[in-house]
Formats: sequence, C-alpha cells, structure tokens
Amino acid sequence: MVVLRNVPILMFLGTFVVFGLLSPRFLEYQSLENIAKQASYIGIIAVGMTFVLLTGGIDLSVGSNMYVSAVAAGLLMQRSSISPVLALLVCLGVGLIFGLVNALAVTRLHIVPFVVTLATQFAGRGLGWMLSKSRAVAFPQSVTGLGAAELLGIPGPILIFSGVVLMAGIVLTRTTLGRQIYAVGYGSEAAHKAGVNVPRVQATAYVACGILASLGGFISVAQLGNVNSGFGEMVEFQAIAAAVLGGTSLFGGIGNVFPGTVLGALLIQMVWAGLVATRTDLYLQPLIAAGIIFIAVLLDSLRNTILARWERHNIRTEE
Amino acid sequence: MSEPLLEFEHVGKRFFGAVALHDVSLAVQPGSVMGLIGENGAGKSTLMNILGGVLPPDEGQVRLQGKPYHPSGPADAARAGIAFIHQELNLFGNLSVVDNLFIDRFPRVGRTPLIHRRQAAHRTVEALAAVNLNVSPKTRVDRLTPGQKQLVEIAKALHSGARIIIFDEPTTSLTSRETQQLFELIGQLRRDGRTILYISHNLGDVLNLADEITILRDGRVVVKGPKDDFDVDTMIAAMVGKQIDQLYPSRKGTVGDKVLMAVSRVTEPGIIKGISFDLHAGEVLGLFGLMGSGRTELGRILFGLDSYRSGTIHVDGRMQYTRSARERIRQGVAFITEDRRAEGLLMEASVADNMALVALPRYRRHRMLGTVDRRGLGRAVDGVVKALKVKCGDLRTDVVKNLSGGNQQKAVIGKWLLCEPTVCIMDEPTRGIDVGAKYEVYSIINDLADGGAGVLCISSELEELVGLCDRILVMSKGQMCGQFQRSEFDEERILTAAFDGHLAQPSQGQSGVSN
Repeated sequence: MVVLRNVPILMFLGTFVVFGLLSPRFLEYQSLENIAKQASYIGIIAVGMTFVLLTGGIDLSVGSNMYVSAVAAGLLMQRSSISPVLALLVCLGVGLIFGLVNALAVTRLHIVPFVVTLATQFAGRGLGWMLSKSRAVAFPQSVTGLGAAELLGIPGPILIFSGVVLMAGIVLTRTTLGRQIYAVGYGSEAAHKAGVNVPRVQATAYVACGILASLGGFISVAQLGNVNSGFGEMVEFQAIAAAVLGGTSLFGGIGNVFPGTVLGALLIQMVWAGLVATRTDLYLQPLIAAGIIFIAVLLDSLRNTILARWERHNIRTEE
Repeated sequence: MSEPLLEFEHVGKRFFGAVALHDVSLAVQPGSVMGLIGENGAGKSTLMNILGGVLPPDEGQVRLQGKPYHPSGPADAARAGIAFIHQELNLFGNLSVVDNLFIDRFPRVGRTPLIHRRQAAHRTVEALAAVNLNVSPKTRVDRLTPGQKQLVEIAKALHSGARIIIFDEPTTSLTSRETQQLFELIGQLRRDGRTILYISHNLGDVLNLADEITILRDGRVVVKGPKDDFDVDTMIAAMVGKQIDQLYPSRKGTVGDKVLMAVSRVTEPGIIKGISFDLHAGEVLGLFGLMGSGRTELGRILFGLDSYRSGTIHVDGRMQYTRSARERIRQGVAFITEDRRAEGLLMEASVADNMALVALPRYRRHRMLGTVDRRGLGRAVDGVVKALKVKCGDLRTDVVKNLSGGNQQKAVIGKWLLCEPTVCIMDEPTRGIDVGAKYEVYSIINDLADGGAGVLCISSELEELVGLCDRILVMSKGQMCGQFQRSEFDEERILTAAFDGHLAQPSQGQSGVSN
C-alpha cells in the first residue's frame, strides 16, 4: 500500500538512481542545478496548468502565450528601450489578457476548453509571427543578466519557482478560492448548487495560468537571450505531462502543486538531462523520454485501479 | 393555531403547456413535519424546486413567515433558511468534511483570504455532533458510507442556519440501522423547532414521522390533513386515484424444470463464498440480503462484470468461463443495475437512444459495414415503449434525465427487453419509484417469467420479494444462508436468516435490529 500511494516520488527516485549509476556526470552539482533551473520555467507553467486541470479544464495555449508575451516585451525593449522591470510587467500583462480571453470564451460563451485553447494557441502563434515578422527577437544584456542572477547562491529561476509553488500551495490548500477550485473540478453542477460562483472560479484558474505562462516564458527568455519563431512550442505538452506525472487528474478535482507538479516537472527535466549525460543517440531521446513518461503515467493509473479493487474487497468491513 | 411558517397560495406551474402544478395551496406550521406524497410525476419535485429557488412559479405565490418569498436561485433559498437534502447527495467526494461544510463561506483569519482552519475544524466538530456523527472533520467524504454522507449533508444544512429542511427520499440508500438513526434525528430537529418537509414513497415511514400529510396527484392537492386521518390503504387510494386491491399482480405461468442458469460453488475471496443455486425457466427467484451481504456483488459476478476465483456458472446448460458482460448479453442474460442514474442510463441521451443501446448489434444490417437498421430498431423501441407504458413526450428528443423515476426504470427494463433475455438479473428494480410504477414493474417481471425467462430479483425490501417471488435465497456475509419456497415464506424467519451471519460473529454485530 505504501508503495502504491507514493508512485510519483518513487518514480522520481528510481529515475535519479538509474541515471546516476549510468553516468557519474549526471550527479555533478552543475548538472543538478541545470535540471532545477530548466524545471523552473516548465514548472511555473505547469503550476498554472494544474490550476486549470483541477477545475476540470485544460489550457493548450500556454506555449503560444509565452511566445506572444515575450515577443511583445522584447519588441518594446528594442524600440522604446523600456526598462527590464517594465518589460516583465508588459509580458505578464499580455499573459493576463491571454488568460482573460480563454476565461471569457469558456465561462461566458460556454465553449469547451479544449477547443477554446486550441484556437487561442493558433491565434497566439499567428499574432506573435505578425508582430515579429517571424524573425528572432533579441533581448538586451539587462535581461539576460537577470537570468544569471543569484541570491545567496541560489539561481533566480529556482527562487522564483519556489515562490510560485509556495503561493500556489497556499492558495490551493488554505483559501476559499483554492477549495472551490477542487469543488468545481469534482462537479460544476454540484458546486453551483452549493453556492460556489463557478464561472468566477474557472476564470481565475485560466487567468492565473495565463500569467504564469508568460512568467515562465520571461524566465526562459532571460536564460536564452532571444526569442525565435518556434519559442514555446510543445510547452503545453510538457506542462500537462508535469502536472499529470505529479498525480493531477485530467478529469479535475484531484492533484496538488506540492509535491505533485513540482516532482513532475523535475522528473521530466531529469529525464532529458539524463539522456544527454548518458550520451544517448539524439534521435532516440524523444522516444525514450516519451517511454519513461508513459511508464510513470501507466503506473499511476495501475495504482488507481489496484487501490479501487483493494477497497472493493473491504466493503463489508465498513458495515 | 399559530401562524404558518410557509404557505403556498394557488401555485401553478406549466412546462411547455403541460400542467405540472395547478392551484396548489398548502400551509406548513413551524416545528412540524409535513409528509408529502404522490406518484412520480405528481408534482412533488416541481413544488419543492419552486421552494428551493430552482424554478419560479407561473401563478400564485409562496409566503415565508407571512412575507412574499421569491428566491432568485438556490443560493437565495439557502439564505432564506431553506435546505434541500436531495436523493442524490450534493457533496464533494474529493474534499474533506470541513471543506464540504464551508465551501461557500470559510471562516477567515482576520481580513486575509486565508482560511481559519482551526476555527473551521472546531465548528465542524460541533456541527457533526448535532447530527450524532462521529468522524474526523478531515475525513475525505468519499470514504464515508451513504448514511454518514447524508448526515454530513444535514449537518451542512443545519450549520448554514436552515429553518426548513426538505428531505427527498432520504432512506433509499440507507441500511435499516442508519434509517432508524435518521428518524431519531428528524424527531430531534423537530423538537428543536425546525420545520421538515418529508417526501417518500415509503408510506409507513411517512405515517411514522409526519404530523400532517399532503397527497398530490397530477399536479393538484387531492387530500391534506393530520396524519391520524390516514392509513396506508387510504394513502395509496388517494395517490393512485383508484383503489389498488393488491400490491402484487398475480402470476399465470408456473416454474418449469429447465435450468437456465446453474451456479456452483462460485467464490471470490473477500466478496462471496461457495454460492450455488439454479435458476429455472419461468421462475422469479428472489435474492435477499442486508446491505453489504454481497448480493449486488454476486449479481455483478453472474453478469460477468467482476471476476471470480473458483466455481462454475452454466448458462443454458453450457459451461461458461467468461467474465465479459458482452458475452453474457450474447447468451441472453440481462442485468438491471441498482443505480439507474449512474449505471443504467445515459442521463443526457434521449429515451430512444438509451433503449437502443444494448440491442444495437441485433439490428446490424450489414456484417461488414455495421450499419444499423434504424427503421427496424425504431419500430422495436416503439413497441417496447408502448408495451411498458413509458410516459414521455417525444422519445427521440426527450432526454432521459427529465423523466420521472418510474419511467426511467421502465426505460432501463425496456432496453433489455429489446434483447429478449432468457435470464434477467434485476438489482433493486423498484428502488425510488412510486406504488403505481412498482405494480407495473412487478407485472413486467411476471410477464417475463410467464414467457419462459428466469428472473433473479435482488432486493432489500423483503415484503416485495415475498409478494413477488416463487423462491427466495438469503445471503449474509457473502454466503448463501437460507432458501425458502413460496409455501414456506415467513418474513421473520427470512430476516433471522439474513442476520444470522452477523450474529455468528458477535465482534462485528450491533446489527440486531430488524425493519
């Protein structure tokens, strides 16, 4: 039972040990720090994704969102030479608008989240190409300097990720909004009858996801230094995978940010880094990564089946 | 007489021209229990939905403490002190008891958005104590039994200050002990001055609990008065509008010799143990057991939904190892589940689509293309709807969700009749449906048996099995512990047998009470 209940964390430790044995380089401090830094930007987006998944929705537009918001911030820096702080605010603002559009379409127009965010994913990418004429947008030194910033020896991205996780954890477990997110995910009709303002709760989740996506994008930009036309592609899948690996249900109502989504994001980055460290064939890497993620999700689903059966065998002990 | 707390004045409601309520006037005294009965579709739900703010009335008005009361929605009704304990409970299984109680307004730490967890837990303990429920506030609700969940729902109503509590069929999923506890609680609430509206098809319970009784039929109040004016017979007569001489229709056919289903020593550890019996052609075989006796689990195993470790099941003389429901259906076995909402019907689909579901392969016109003979299937559905007297508007467009309980159940049965089953397993076929519809379901069961099919009828209502069956099997703790032929039927002996398994293990047994 103990084993079954802790599949995500055991998967995490297992992967860590296997790669560690295969390649000592994987265990070096620099490598681990890189994993944590990489996991930070995906993790921040995955936290937002967790909010949306918990309400029973989905957001496929996070990758395009981070692209448009980064392009907008970058172009303004180039043309009007605004300060990095203002650029960050612009970036977050665009993310917020993105989230609002998703929220309105889902809650007011009652369009299925999958379709809404598929459409905004495409529209966002198109808007970004239009603004940048699909050329790469370079960021000045003042921003890339932020990417390398440290506090007490801890890299900035990791600090920001920790802050986001802490905030999200508090919101989900200790505020009315958080508990109502779980309630809406369990059943929006039941939540409505229980006096929960369902559209507002759903809208909050999409807006939070939008803002966090653009924040994740900005952090990634600060590390890369420029935004090309493919920036943010496939990020939605990594974010969804991180949340699901951490035990979040795609049907809503079940999951958590800590340890769940954090472990999921770290696990994904660890697999990528481990494949690089073990010098795996470049063309095999995506397949192996997909395989490991598949196994983790499979184990999680097996666990639920086994737990359900185990509980069925105990019906009469409850009487 | 004091001033009534709640008054309906000439309330009327129509749906697309059909009259749901007509000129309903009704007054409820504070601190009393009003029993509300009527067949499905008589207008009870509509009346309660008006009170609960789900629907506005078309005519007339409702007064609360003498003042006009027009709730704008369920939340508004809740603020006015009206709570609805639905047939399906409105709880969040993924959340704790505390979260469920406070989901719309948690106590907060000062002015921060943070939940004051200690205070919430403390108040939850108090609220649970008020309904005599002893579980930790942190327990996840899906770990509670149906009875405990209902108590949580009542605790929620009380703590949000409900003065009027509507119970809609609250006992359907409760054990007899839980039912007893609920009745004590209702008595206690009444003594505390709360007003109760109690809706149930169990007329005995209503007589037991209510101070006054109102009977609805076809959207009108037919009789109302203090409970001493009523007994079960007069209540049924008023509900149905005619005297029902007998609750159970008579049988024409007799039990044949042919064994349709032979079950031998079927065992699944932890669930059932060494179950053996034969089901004959033309037989209505009852299966009685208390909650948790394994009766439903046995039904599921026989139908191939769950696995079993050892033993054999022969259908129609052939040994069948299968544990696939699809295979069973091909062998002519039908299974009517105990929970028609969750398992028996696609609630959002039309009546016709629901009924066609299982029979679809039988109406395949072309082996390769798999196209469906829609006209033939449509004719068959029409035939069954007519034969079962399913009441609905347009069966191609009407969504099953909007049918009354009795008609929903008929739709479930009709779905299986289209497959012309030889063995029909029915789990609680009359749960939550009214007297008239029950009679019709019994008639359908008799017709099935008279037509040569075998019916295994699983029920927790002993009276029903005694009235209906040719033979009754009794299960307890996963084992078969008694068998009674029609001539030996004796409710007391059957009940004793059902409790036997419990008494044999005194460590677990507090369950010495009978209905």
